[in-house]
Amino acid sequence: MERSRWLLPLLLMLCLGLGYTVLSMPEPVEGLPEMLVDNMEVAGVSNPVTAVLLNFRGYDTLLEMGVLLVALLGVWSLGGIPDYRESSPGLVLDIMSRQLVPVLILVAGYLLWVGADAPGGAFQAGSLLGAAGVLLLLCGWRIGNRCSGLPLRFLLILGLGMFVVAGTGLLLIGGEFLQYPSPVARELILMIEAAATLSIGATLAAMFLGSLPGGADK
Amino acid sequence: MSYVYLYALLGVSLFVLGLNALIVHAHLLRKILAVNVMSTGVFLVLVALSSRNEEVLPDPVPHAMVITGIVVSVSATALALILMLKVNRATGKNELPDRGRD
Repeated sequence: MERSRWLLPLLLMLCLGLGYTVLSMPEPVEGLPEMLVDNMEVAGVSNPVTAVLLNFRGYDTLLEMGVLLVALLGVWSLGGIPDYRESSPGLVLDIMSRQLVPVLILVAGYLLWVGADAPGGAFQAGSLLGAAGVLLLLCGWRIGNRCSGLPLRFLLILGLGMFVVAGTGLLLIGGEFLQYPSPVARELILMIEAAATLSIGATLAAMFLGSLPGGADK
Repeated sequence: MSYVYLYALLGVSLFVLGLNALIVHAHLLRKILAVNVMSTGVFLVLVALSSRNEEVLPDPVPHAMVITGIVVSVSATALALILMLKVNRATGKNELPDRGRD
């Protein structure tokens, strides 16, 4: 084929070019990490990654929660997979999930709490909650009709909503949007992170299900 | 010091390998996997380059970007998989129609 003959040399050239770029990249400008270290005492948390995520670049994280929500809306609006074949879980998976899900929830809570001072935080904890949800869905558990309507949607928008409410509240009491006052920064960040964790976990699990929950039972 | 660049170069080669698979394979699931491999390469480059200066602490800004990026790429993959299933339902094939070849 004519096309495949040129592909390999072109890709090799790209690989060499990118590799050369990575190797010859100048030393980082010292400003950013040092500015961060200087401002750590107003951040409210002592883990720099969490401080960047939730405080200094809070806009990014807010918009990323929005991206998660939009992706879930996309999945739901495509209508799901009607003939999704459900197989009954094997005995091992069934018993394992009963042991694993509580542990996953516990570890998620720990990661959320420890994220203020050590590696961890909302996104890691949310991924673990999502994994627990996927495990439950694989075992055939479905959210009941009573909870699949408004309560589920409330859980899904909780993270983005908490972000927006906190930011707007600060705006109303005379601050800047998402610029936490230093004395209550830690509590605000923990609150937003807890809400974001629940939302991320619920969103990931709902995406795995692929269709509007509760719709199949009607 | 040098192993940081080793990781970065590994990330670059992962990116190029994923690009190769993205171009070569027509099957949509392979394309989605290829995009995931490419994004993993990008994350590896970002994390590796953030800690190449030994005197100062690793720059946490790329770390934060990678953490959010992983979750966003998972959700984008979910959306892509649903789209793939829809294409499969509409055309019966796991490939996009190629007008030039048909």
